[in-house]
Amino acid sequence: MDKLWLIIQREYLTRVKKKSFILITLLSPLIFVALFTVPILVTLFAGKEQKSLLVRDDSGIFVPANDTSANVSFVVAQEQLSELKRTYKLRGFDGVLHIPALQGNEDKLKLNYFSEKQLSLSVVSFIEQQVAKQLEAKKIIDAGYSEEIMKGFKTDVGIEQEELAFNKEGQLVETGKKNSAELATAIGFIAGFVIYIVLIFYGAMIMRSVMEEKTSRIIEVIISSVKPFQLMMGKILGVSAVGLTQMLIWMVMTFVLTQVATAFLGVDPSAMQSSMPMQQPPPDVIASQAGAVFEAITSQNWSYILPLFLYFFIGGYFIYASLFAAVGASMGDDMGESQSLSLVAMAPIILAIILISPVIENPTSSLARWASIFPLFSPVLMPARLAFEPPLWEVLLSMVVLAGSAVFFVWLSGRIYRVGVLLYGKKATLKEMVKWTFSRE
Amino acid sequence: MGNDILRLQGVVKSYGDFLAVDHVTFDIPKGVVFGMLGPNGAGKTSLIRIITNITKADAGQIWLDGEPLNSRHPEQIGYMPEERGLYKKMKVGEQLTYLARLKGLSAAQARQELTYWFKRFDIASWWDKKVDELSKGMQQKVQFIATVLHRPKLLILDEPFSGLDPINANLIESEIRELASQGTSIIFSTHRMEQVEEMCDHIVLINKGKNVLEGRVAEVKQRFKQNLFSIGYEGMPPENLQDASRIFDLKKNEGQHLTVHIADGADTNDLLRYLIGHNVQVRSFNEILPSINEIFIRRVNETVGS
Repeated sequence: MDKLWLIIQREYLTRVKKKSFILITLLSPLIFVALFTVPILVTLFAGKEQKSLLVRDDSGIFVPANDTSANVSFVVAQEQLSELKRTYKLRGFDGVLHIPALQGNEDKLKLNYFSEKQLSLSVVSFIEQQVAKQLEAKKIIDAGYSEEIMKGFKTDVGIEQEELAFNKEGQLVETGKKNSAELATAIGFIAGFVIYIVLIFYGAMIMRSVMEEKTSRIIEVIISSVKPFQLMMGKILGVSAVGLTQMLIWMVMTFVLTQVATAFLGVDPSAMQSSMPMQQPPPDVIASQAGAVFEAITSQNWSYILPLFLYFFIGGYFIYASLFAAVGASMGDDMGESQSLSLVAMAPIILAIILISPVIENPTSSLARWASIFPLFSPVLMPARLAFEPPLWEVLLSMVVLAGSAVFFVWLSGRIYRVGVLLYGKKATLKEMVKWTFSRE
Repeated sequence: MGNDILRLQGVVKSYGDFLAVDHVTFDIPKGVVFGMLGPNGAGKTSLIRIITNITKADAGQIWLDGEPLNSRHPEQIGYMPEERGLYKKMKVGEQLTYLARLKGLSAAQARQELTYWFKRFDIASWWDKKVDELSKGMQQKVQFIATVLHRPKLLILDEPFSGLDPINANLIESEIRELASQGTSIIFSTHRMEQVEEMCDHIVLINKGKNVLEGRVAEVKQRFKQNLFSIGYEGMPPENLQDASRIFDLKKNEGQHLTVHIADGADTNDLLRYLIGHNVQVRSFNEILPSINEIFIRRVNETVGS
C-alpha cells in the first residue's frame, strides 16, 4: 500500500511539475475566455468602420434608418444614377445603392449596388432587411390597413413542456418542472463530449507513459520492487489526480477570468450572442428569453445529473485508462509501427461519440437504451441522456454494468500489462494479448 | 542451510510449450561471488526473474536466507537487469530516492545512503541533473547506485559489464569486490567467461534450462583437468620422446615449451625422471588447468550432443 502511494505520488508530481503541464493548464482558460471576448472586442472596436452609401431611390419607399447600431449610413440623392456612379468617390462615399421603381405587387425586388469594394455580408443583410421592411409597410398601407393593426396580427408561438408524474395516489400531476428539448440536447452533447475528450486525452497520456517505461527499460528495475499491477494502478490513480487538479484549476480560473472579463468589458459573456449587431430583438424579448433559459436551467435536476455524470466519468476513466495501459504494455520499441494497436482502445470510444447524435436525437429509442448500458459506450452516452431523464432502471442497470466492467477491465488489463511490459522488441498481436490474459504469473 | 543465501530446489518455469527452466537445483553460500553462466537463451534471465519475484516458478522451492521466498524479499535483493534503464526526464536525486523508497527505505534513510554514494563516486553535482543530460557512462554509475543503495543481502547483476566503458567497468568491478568483502552475496550472470574466472568463487552452468555443472571454481577446474602439463626447458629441444608413451604423450613442442599429457598409471615424478634422464634442462613445470571457457564450451557441446 505504501508503495502504491509512492507510485501515485511520482506519477502525479512528475506531471504536475512539468513546464508543459503548467503552460497548458494556465493557457487553456485564457484561450477559453479569449473565445468569448475576442468576438466582443472585434464588434466593439474593429466593427466601428463606417460605410456611407449614396442612395438613388426610384421606388419612393426608402427612409434612411436612424439606427446607430448598424455601421452604415445612407444619404438619398436626387441626381441621375450615371452621375452618382461617376462622382460618389469624390463626394466621399463608399458606393451607390440603387432601388428600382416598383411595378406593383412584386414578390421579388432586386437592388443594385455600385462600388469598387464589396459590402460585407452583415451590411448586405442589414440593407435587405431594411428595404424589405419598408416595402412590407408600403404594401400594408396600399392594401388599406394601418401598420398598427398589422402589428396586432402577429403572435409569437412557443411550446412550454410541463412535466407530469404520478403522485402517491397514483394520479398524474404536474411537478412544476419545465422541460426544454434544446437545453437537454445542449447538456447531453456537452456532457458526452467532455467525457470523450478527457478519456482520450488522459488515456493517451497513460499509454505513452507505459510505453516510455518499457522502451527506456526502467520497467524491469521497478517491477523487481513492486508488482506490475501496483505500478499500473499507481499510474492510473496518479494520472487521474493530475486530471482532477487540472480541472480544478480550470474551474477556478474560468470563474475568476469571466468575472474579470465581465467587469472589465461590461458584457456578460453568456449574453454575447444577443450583443451581436443586426436582428437585435427588443430588450423585453431578450429579458423574457433569458428568463426562460434561466428557469429551464435551474429547473434541471442538477443534484441528480452531476453526481451521475461524475460516476460515469470515473467508471469510464478506469475502463479506458486500464485499456490504454494494456495497449501501451503490448507495444514494441517502434512506436510508429505500434500505433495501430492503439485502435484497440480508441475504436470503442470513437464509436461511442459517433453514436451520441442518434442517441440524443432519439433518447428513448432502443438504440439509445442499449448503447447507454453497454459499458464501453455508457461513460459517454449515459451522461448524454441524463438530461432527458431516462427510466431509473436503465440508469441503475447501466451503473451496475459499468462498475462490474470497470473491475473486469482493470483485472484484464493488469493481466496483459504484467506480461507485456517484460517482452521487448516486437509489438504484440491481439491473439498474444488474449493468451497473456490466461497465462500464469 | 543457514549458510546459504539462496537455495533452489527443482525449479521449473515454462512459457507455453517452451521449457525455460527445467528442474534447476543449486545452493549459493553466503558472501560469495557466484557466477551464473550459460549461453544466450539458456534460461538465466528466467531464473533471475523468479528469484527477484518478478515471475513465479511453476514448480520447485526457493529459500532466501533460510526463508521460503515471499513478496517481502525483493527489498533484500538488488537487481541490475541486463535490459536496464532509468526515467530519462527525472532528476538523478529524485529518481534514486524514489527507487530506494520502492525498496522500502524511508526518505531519510534514502537521503543518507545517497549522500554516501554521491560522495563515494564524487558526483554530488549531479543531484539536480536530469538523466538524459548525463553521458552514458554517468548513467551507468547512477544505475549501479540504484541497484545497491538499499544495502541488499543479495545482489543480482545480469551481464553487469555489457556496454560499460573500461573505466566504469573497473570502477564497478572494484565496487562489487568491496561489497563482497563486506559480506554481500552476489550473483553474477554472464556469458563472458574471463570475468567469471577473475571474479567468481562459485559457478553454476545453465544450458537449455538445465543445471549442467556446479561448484567452486577451483574445484570445477580440478574436476575437468586433463592431466596436461607444461614444461619449459633450455637448450635444444629434446628428441625421440615418442618412446615414452607409457609415461606421457607429447601434445605440443613450441618455443621452448612442451605440452604433455601424462598417461594413466604414470605421475609427474615419472615424467620429470624421464625428462631429466634424457638430459632435458627443465626451467619450469606447471599443471595446465582448463579455463572456465573451455569447460563451458565442452559442457555445452556435451549437452547439445546428448
